Amino acid sequence: MTNFEIHIQPFGHHALLITWPDEVNEAILKEMLRLRDILISEGFSTPEWDIVMAYRSLALIQNLGPISYLDVKSKVEKFISQAKDNGEIASKRWYLPVCYDEEFALDMEEVGEKLSLSPESLIELHTSTNYLVYGIGFVPGFMYLGGLPKHLETQRREHPRPLVLQGSVGLAGKQTGIYPQDSPGGWNIIGNCPIPLFSLAVDPPCFVSVGDQIRFYAITKAEHELRKIEAQVGVYNLKSEEV
Amino acid sequence: MITVVQPGFFTTVQDLGRFGLRHFGVPVSGCMDKDSARKANLLLENDPADALLEITMTGPELIFQVATYITITGAHMPATINSIDIPVNTVVKVEEGDELQFGKLQSGIRVYLGVKGGIQSEEILNSRSFYKPITAQNRLKKRQELPCVAWPDFDPKLTSFQFEKESMTELLAFPGPEYSMLKAEQVGQLWNSEFTVAKENNRMAYQIEEEIGAHSKATLTSATLPGTVQYTPAGKLIILMRDAQTTGGYPRILQIRGKSLNKLAQLKTGDRFRLKKQEYEI
Repeated sequence: MTNFEIHIQPFGHHALLITWPDEVNEAILKEMLRLRDILISEGFSTPEWDIVMAYRSLALIQNLGPISYLDVKSKVEKFISQAKDNGEIASKRWYLPVCYDEEFALDMEEVGEKLSLSPESLIELHTSTNYLVYGIGFVPGFMYLGGLPKHLETQRREHPRPLVLQGSVGLAGKQTGIYPQDSPGGWNIIGNCPIPLFSLAVDPPCFVSVGDQIRFYAITKAEHELRKIEAQVGVYNLKSEEV
Repeated sequence: MITVVQPGFFTTVQDLGRFGLRHFGVPVSGCMDKDSARKANLLLENDPADALLEITMTGPELIFQVATYITITGAHMPATINSIDIPVNTVVKVEEGDELQFGKLQSGIRVYLGVKGGIQSEEILNSRSFYKPITAQNRLKKRQELPCVAWPDFDPKLTSFQFEKESMTELLAFPGPEYSMLKAEQVGQLWNSEFTVAKENNRMAYQIEEEIGAHSKATLTSATLPGTVQYTPAGKLIILMRDAQTTGGYPRILQIRGKSLNKLAQLKTGDRFRLKKQEYEI
């Protein structure tokens, strides 16, 4: 049994927001995932309901009309007490290829200097961690990853780029992540992942779920090219395992 | 089929939106002013989920390749078929080869063009609403063809609607999840003063010109909804609209009600509004 204090409040007319203590904590995320699984199995599922989780909050959103807040709240309270019992969560660890070649790693040199790390040791650090997906949002397929080694923490770029390429792997503050599409951005770019995080060529369009783990591994430019072409036709060839 | 001769400033296909994918970061999208869109579909006796054209600021020029019925609702923008004025908020018959044009915008900013049977453009992840990169396009292009069915005979139960016009717009808002961070003075400012739509306003968000003072509250990224009012550290207010991101890191101080969000969607740069507090029934 966990004993996190949980707060439920209305969030407009159609949703309620459930929040845990204000911290980034794997045990909180696990409890949120258990609650999500219970909610879905009890009928709070798509397309009628959407569940958006991030870090320490879970929003339960009714898509068809207003909710009776007190009704939903009392149900959710019951589910929360069930979610407090330590049950296993089915989650996956995804191995994602990243090409750290200088063609993609626009800021490798600058970041390396700031952190006093050679490209080799930076890549070694970046690929030796299991990152936890604390949320997906902002744009389709963008993952909020936790667990960045302290040695890789670096400020975002002073001047954001007007265009960062899809798949770019970046560092910013305590975060690392992948740009799921071409967009402006201020993260320090250290590589590129050829596997799209969001694609209409596959169903579901995003293979990652909140609570999954991400592990990066380095690939050559030639392999990057091949994986990119494969992904365009919907062949991902991704390595993953249950954790 | 409808041929797009000129697309207008920013014309999109929209329906009720794309639901069930927020957990992957997919915005809901859909008509900005759902009330106006609903009225067009009602008059045409369409399904409420049928897609329409959402026309922003200037109208497109369209040629109908089939005989059908249309209805124009929303912002006030005069329209003609083959250079002859047609009424708005009314079911109008169009013949094969007819050319639809729009005049100058008079009030509001978003016009809805409903077509009998709905616009039949490609459905992606259960919606026709344009949102790049879910859909390949973010707006209509010149010479594009829009699929729709021929509907030569239709006898509408009701041919037109009358609307009352409101002057000062009052938007109803619930306290948002971080409302309690506000100081008494800011609370007073929110409910008792007028606000102005800034020039940064689009389908994703409306920024507000007036600021309510800087803050330094750090918030872990959490869910946002259309209608969420974000409060930036610099003191700016940002109202999230239909294409808004699904999560955000700014405090959410208010949640605008759906009906009011439809009204806001008809305001443009420089337009003024007031906020009225809604209490939760708990």
